[in-house]
Amino acid sequence: MKKYEVSAIKEGTVIDQIASRSTFKVANILNIQGIDQVVLIGYNLSSKKLGSKGIIKIEGKLLTQEEVNKISLIAPDATVNIIKDSEVVEKFKVAIPDSIEEFLKCFNPNCVSNHQNVQSRFHVINKNPIRIRCHYCERHMGEDDIELV
Amino acid sequence: MISLKNKDIISILDVTKEEILYILDISKRMEEEGSSDILKGKVLANLFFEPSTRTRLSFETAMKRLGGQVVGFDELGTTSTVKGESLRDSVKIIEGYCDIIVLRHFLEGASRLTADSVSIPVINGGDGASQHPTQTFVDLYTVKKVKGGLENLSIGFLGDLKYGRTSHSLAYAMSNFGAEMYFISPPSLRIPKDYLEELESRNVTYHEVESLDEVSSKLDILYCTRIQKERFSDPVEYEKVRGVYKLSKFVMDELDVKDDLKILHPLPRVDEMDESLDDTSYAVYFQQAHSGIPVRETLLATVLGAIQ
Repeated sequence: MKKYEVSAIKEGTVIDQIASRSTFKVANILNIQGIDQVVLIGYNLSSKKLGSKGIIKIEGKLLTQEEVNKISLIAPDATVNIIKDSEVVEKFKVAIPDSIEEFLKCFNPNCVSNHQNVQSRFHVINKNPIRIRCHYCERHMGEDDIELV
Repeated sequence: MISLKNKDIISILDVTKEEILYILDISKRMEEEGSSDILKGKVLANLFFEPSTRTRLSFETAMKRLGGQVVGFDELGTTSTVKGESLRDSVKIIEGYCDIIVLRHFLEGASRLTADSVSIPVINGGDGASQHPTQTFVDLYTVKKVKGGLENLSIGFLGDLKYGRTSHSLAYAMSNFGAEMYFISPPSLRIPKDYLEELESRNVTYHEVESLDEVSSKLDILYCTRIQKERFSDPVEYEKVRGVYKLSKFVMDELDVKDDLKILHPLPRVDEMDESLDDTSYAVYFQQAHSGIPVRETLLATVLGAIQ
């Protein structure tokens, strides 16, 4: 029987295959400091695919689509497992959407979206590695430039 | 059939090769036919949140030569922006007064926001360090006129390639025509990675160099730009690069260049091009400036549906 490095949960969500460096960014997206349920975080675990990965397990939590979209930008290899009665009932890989609205900030300080009361909008021009183009100023952003709001 | 009716002209990325060629063909007709009244009864709102002389005046002239009228402003201080009104509110109100908006703004993406906010056509007259598509049509028109076509040219971009929006837009546009590109700038003013990525995705062959004499012999077109003091937040950085390239008749005589090389410049110039260059066979920048009228007449007339 496989021995897990991070204990199992009974009901909730397991986010696996997070690149280690992105683990705590994903934890921030899920605002885990503000919830009462059990949260288990594994960090720098061995991974054949990523070399080193993180894993986050949250008891009693189902992700929203916005949370999944946000995670896809920070951890594009992540998989989401929905757990019921200690069994995986659904498993999917996060997918970067074709366009992104609202939850990202354009990194260009002179972009109109940072000065006027408008919802930010981005077009995804490449998914791996991630490159997005601001709908307004047309500047490109990569993984290191992405700032979630 | 190509129709630009109600199309916003915001970024050269929005315009196809066929649309570019269509605009250039109509511009030639406009230049040959002169004034008319095809825009009689139409009103252009020239909204210039940032100072500009030639873009504003050339749009105004173009509109009036086609029988239309012009309203607008050319400084921020006279607008409701100083009272705290949002750009979206301002343009939504102004769209009720006019048939088309030309917008120049210091914020990048302001024209796209305007186009998204109103139902009348919007033409970007330059926004921040981003796009300046109408200048690009003027540049393309000039290149086509002086070289006889746009296909497979070698074009050098010289000067401020970091903030120089006209270079960015022209590079995108020329990528439709198999151009080989040479980006000549000091290291601190290199063309941003974004633009190179976009060019790579369009399979453009390009080279980045610091000195013009490394590549001068290869060029059909040299697109020279001013180092824009107003884009530098740090005056020390500006002083480091001002005057780094100075073209003159003497310099051109010393350089190894093709006899039919043509030099374009969106103007105004500061010290990057000496007046001694003006009477050489290379200089076409005044011709380029004058092309602003037929090109802008074309853009106004086609998006307003007066030419189908």
